[in-house]
Amino acid sequence: MRNGVLSESPAVRRTLIALAVGFLTLFLVLPLLAVFSEALRRGLDLFIAAFAEPDTQAAIGLTLLVAAIAVPLNLLFGISAAWAVAKFEFPGKSLLVTLIDLPFSVSPVVSGLVFVLLFGAKGLLGPLIDDWDFKIIFAVPGIVLATIFVTFPFIAREVIPLMQEQGTAEEEAALTLGASGLRTFLTVTLPNVRWALLYGVLLCNARAMGEFGAVSVVSGHIRGLTNTMPLHVEILYNEYNFVAAFAVASLLAGLALVTLVAKSFLEGRYGDQLARAHRH
Amino acid sequence: MTVRQSLLAATAITVAFMTAIVAVRAQTTSQEVVLTNVSYDPTRELYRALNEAFAKEWQASTGQKVTIRTSHGGSGKQARSVIDGLEADVVTLALAGDIDAIARESKRLPQNWQSRLPNNASPYTSTIVFVVRKGNPKGIKDWPDLAKSGVAVVTPNPKTSGGARWNYLAAWAYELDRTKGDQAAARKFVEAIYKNVPVLDSGARGSTTTFAQRAVGDVFISWENEAFLIQQEFGADKFDIVVPPFSILAEPPVSLVDHVVDKRGSRKVAEAYLAFLYSPAAQKIIARNFYRPSKPEAADPADLTRFPKIQLVTIDQVFGGWAKAQTEHFADGGVFDQIYKPTGKAATR
Repeated sequence: MRNGVLSESPAVRRTLIALAVGFLTLFLVLPLLAVFSEALRRGLDLFIAAFAEPDTQAAIGLTLLVAAIAVPLNLLFGISAAWAVAKFEFPGKSLLVTLIDLPFSVSPVVSGLVFVLLFGAKGLLGPLIDDWDFKIIFAVPGIVLATIFVTFPFIAREVIPLMQEQGTAEEEAALTLGASGLRTFLTVTLPNVRWALLYGVLLCNARAMGEFGAVSVVSGHIRGLTNTMPLHVEILYNEYNFVAAFAVASLLAGLALVTLVAKSFLEGRYGDQLARAHRH
Repeated sequence: MTVRQSLLAATAITVAFMTAIVAVRAQTTSQEVVLTNVSYDPTRELYRALNEAFAKEWQASTGQKVTIRTSHGGSGKQARSVIDGLEADVVTLALAGDIDAIARESKRLPQNWQSRLPNNASPYTSTIVFVVRKGNPKGIKDWPDLAKSGVAVVTPNPKTSGGARWNYLAAWAYELDRTKGDQAAARKFVEAIYKNVPVLDSGARGSTTTFAQRAVGDVFISWENEAFLIQQEFGADKFDIVVPPFSILAEPPVSLVDHVVDKRGSRKVAEAYLAFLYSPAAQKIIARNFYRPSKPEAADPADLTRFPKIQLVTIDQVFGGWAKAQTEHFADGGVFDQIYKPTGKAATR
């Protein structure tokens, strides 16, 4: 049987390809190039000088710290959730799967406001926290919480379908042969999903470092203390410091490129496993 | 299995949070003292200069190193954050109404905060002027020119921005003065101006970028200090400042947040910081950064020539104070809500 798409005339095919490439160039490649060219517009010296600013360094440090806490935690949460969903039957399972997706469908502003409503000085738990002299909102813990919230689905979403497809047969075999639960997990389950896991970590990390909306709501924007890189870009831009703003933005864009390359590498090398995870 | 895992997870969370807390604490428990100043949008450059000067003076007189952290944003939004628990040792906002709101909603400072420092707790004042494109192509001279059809006016949202509320009230006060107290006429006049507004940004700085960087609008109603800054940053060959003969005296006040300084033990340095703002050294910096100093004699005379003498009315004279102006004009369902309807037509040049 002839394939309908391939039988299109060459003119139509070329138009479609040109359209797709043109669209990608206009909306993805050009803006990315613009970021780098703006950052380097006044020369490399000023570009490098932008990173000598203590506030910029603090912003980069905070972003790394937040990602270093949020990603491992979501790795744990993600595996636990995936494990529970894939290997066990329990009431409310489909509800759990739906809840995991919640951060995807909720606007980041709401994700941030939720924490203000909970931990703000006038929030539900606010007065308690004030007595303990421990800050959550407008401090690092609040930023970490908001980041964990918005990045929660990334790892679980990658691992659940794969675990579900693999079923419980191999684990059962291992347990029958006398392996402990932990050993079964470490030597059977984990290796089976490792590439999907890595893929999820990659996406989770990119979002954790790049999140703006939710973090903006809980940050308080204190420079050198609660400003992450994306927030710092906005501040620098608003201070007419365009070179520095785009210099920091180019770091974020660089992160995106690294993520993209690592992602295509994983897809090229372990495509079959990942494809299985995505078919669902 | 799952039990062990959840235990593991719980431990990891605890460890992670402890690390975070230690990281935050480490920055504050050394010899140095840290103050947080939560301020409004256009004061970024001003406080960068003032903080540096104060840190030098404090170290010279006490030997203690002081770091002042700042947060900037629309004045109303910043007040909201302080109410929600943002730990500000001092607030330096665009208008008394916002600090009143903090006192009322959070009880973190006393109601009489404004009487604790000289000049209604305002170490500097400013006023509202117009920024137009070079050569003033639309011939903007005075407030009525903003209400003409075909003029696109840029101003921030009075709900979130302090400067925007001054803009609104200045226009209202102008028409009220011209008509000898006709409130209905003033309302019509302000409504006509807001019909010409294509976009409302949340803070003064956002509006500046809209007008200067994105080239939207014919005239930008602006803080006087921000107007000078636009010329400085974008070049005097691109923009002209038009000072109307009549405007409002904007008094951006400052206050200690008592609850926070007592909890953190930073009262002494925070009080010194606010007192410093009234010192001759600070007043000089204030005039240099285009704010009108409360002690002009301390300023560089050359800086003072930049402030034209115009008729300025205060909010107390015309509107009976901030509390009244706030409920009447800017509260939910107030006059602003009644007259402003987004037009959606962005007049990009």
